[in-house]
Amino acid sequence: MITTTDLTKVYRARGREVTALDGVDLHVREGEVYGVIGQSGAGKSSLIRCVNLLERPTSGTVSVDGQDLTALAGRGPRAGKELRRARSRIGMVFQHFNLLSSRTVQDNVELPLEILGKTGKERSRKALELLDLVGLADQAKAYPAQLSGGQKQRVGIARALAGDPKVLLSDEATSALDPETTRSILALLRDLNRQLGLTVLLITHEMDVVKSVCDSAALMENGRIVESGTVSDLLATPGSELAAALFPLDGEASGADRTVVDVTFQGESATQPVISQLARTYNIDISILGAAIDTVGGLQVGRMRIELPGRYEDNVVPIGFLREKGLQIDVPGHESALVKEGAK
Amino acid sequence: MTWSEMQPLLEQACWDTLYMVGWSTLIAVVGGLPLGILLVLTDRGGLLQNLAANKVIGQIVNIARSLPFIILMVALMSFTRWITGTTIGREAAIVPLAVGAIPFFARLVETAVREVDHGLVEAVQAMGGNTWTIVRKVLVPESLPSLISSTTTTVVALIGYSAMAGTVGAGGLGDIAIRYGYQRFETGLMWITVAILAVVISLIQFAGDYAARSLHRRGAHSGPAPRLRLLKAAS
Repeated sequence: MITTTDLTKVYRARGREVTALDGVDLHVREGEVYGVIGQSGAGKSSLIRCVNLLERPTSGTVSVDGQDLTALAGRGPRAGKELRRARSRIGMVFQHFNLLSSRTVQDNVELPLEILGKTGKERSRKALELLDLVGLADQAKAYPAQLSGGQKQRVGIARALAGDPKVLLSDEATSALDPETTRSILALLRDLNRQLGLTVLLITHEMDVVKSVCDSAALMENGRIVESGTVSDLLATPGSELAAALFPLDGEASGADRTVVDVTFQGESATQPVISQLARTYNIDISILGAAIDTVGGLQVGRMRIELPGRYEDNVVPIGFLREKGLQIDVPGHESALVKEGAK
Repeated sequence: MTWSEMQPLLEQACWDTLYMVGWSTLIAVVGGLPLGILLVLTDRGGLLQNLAANKVIGQIVNIARSLPFIILMVALMSFTRWITGTTIGREAAIVPLAVGAIPFFARLVETAVREVDHGLVEAVQAMGGNTWTIVRKVLVPESLPSLISSTTTTVVALIGYSAMAGTVGAGGLGDIAIRYGYQRFETGLMWITVAILAVVISLIQFAGDYAARSLHRRGAHSGPAPRLRLLKAAS
């Protein structure tokens, strides 16, 4: 649905060059919620703004719904008619809502319809319908300043949906909201994704956002995508930074002659009593340093950090046993050894 | 001088002032609004970035603003004659008043429009709006309270300028104050014109402030106890 190929963005200011995007290949499939996560300055904001060409990429192509937007852009700095029409089919919501304070809630939602040249009757019908969808039907005549942050973002979402877009871009839409409101806005995005088949590309710096709504995720660092994939693939990837961040485990080894092992359960393996089997089979004492079960991207996932007596070299056999049971095993500090073993 | 002598003089003067200030304000708004918006749009990072045009417009505005009004009036005489056919009278005074007020208002418009949050511009761009749409639906409506305040400031400045229009026989309150009050030592009449000017300017300022505030209020601080509302945060 959204594909970027070798996308590069270089900002030039006073002779200095800053590379915000460095060859980004992004592929968002139709109907999924895709999260791009990274710290500020990683280039994620540039990336999402390049998708509807609010920002002109220095090189590379962007295509949305099969249409090559970079080809529509033309040479001048201003957006031509074709590009503007394409943009009207891409919804966008912003961190600071960007609602017009001079217009009522309903008039804000009608704005994109005015741009599309719809008649007054069509506009108000559609606007009220959308406000109803986001649960703000009773606030149609209010002004944005009279609303709470969460309500404002709902208006922003209703407005973004006015042009019946297939794609919704969300630029840190929940970053200015408190945790509870964030959850309700994310739930709304999830519902819209399911009900309308809307493809959502969101950028965020909060891991919780990815955890609660995303089907797929990408991690950005220094203008590059360093990891990407569906959430379940990422969790199944040994040494995945994103997986570890999605599901952080704490706990240090209690001594030098001990081995810390991270066990990830997904799906069926989560129901087996593997830890007690391990203890009985090898007659070893296992301490649990940390554990959690959570739902990530709609999947039931468990993670546990356990400590085995003895060094890593002494524990190759029990670790092999766990792996045989279909669990994903990470040994912090021994990633390279693991990857080699995994390749066998 | 008795009141019955003063009354027709003052009445005529009020109308003259109103006439000159009214028309020149109208022209200043019609001319200065697009000019001010253009100053923002053509600036670096603007939607119609054109630094050469921006420099030229900026310079013209600065030069026109730096001329004292009385000199502007004299300098524009041939232009005034070309437009109105005369350099004397109310109509003739409107030309330099408007020419002086256009750049004044344009700078105020520029400041007001620059205050509009760039995020709003971006939001409308993302909806597929073009530059004209952005000007009509975002820049002007969002800066309207400031634009109204700017207009008030311009009207008050024009009333001040119009006192000098007496030198070209345009009449007006300022002219009465100088000719009768100062030159003929009619102190009573002078104080009356001063009082009228003070009242008129206060009224205009009050009306302008009220309009700007009521427009602003619907945006920013409306409704009872907004803090409580935030706490409830129904969403």
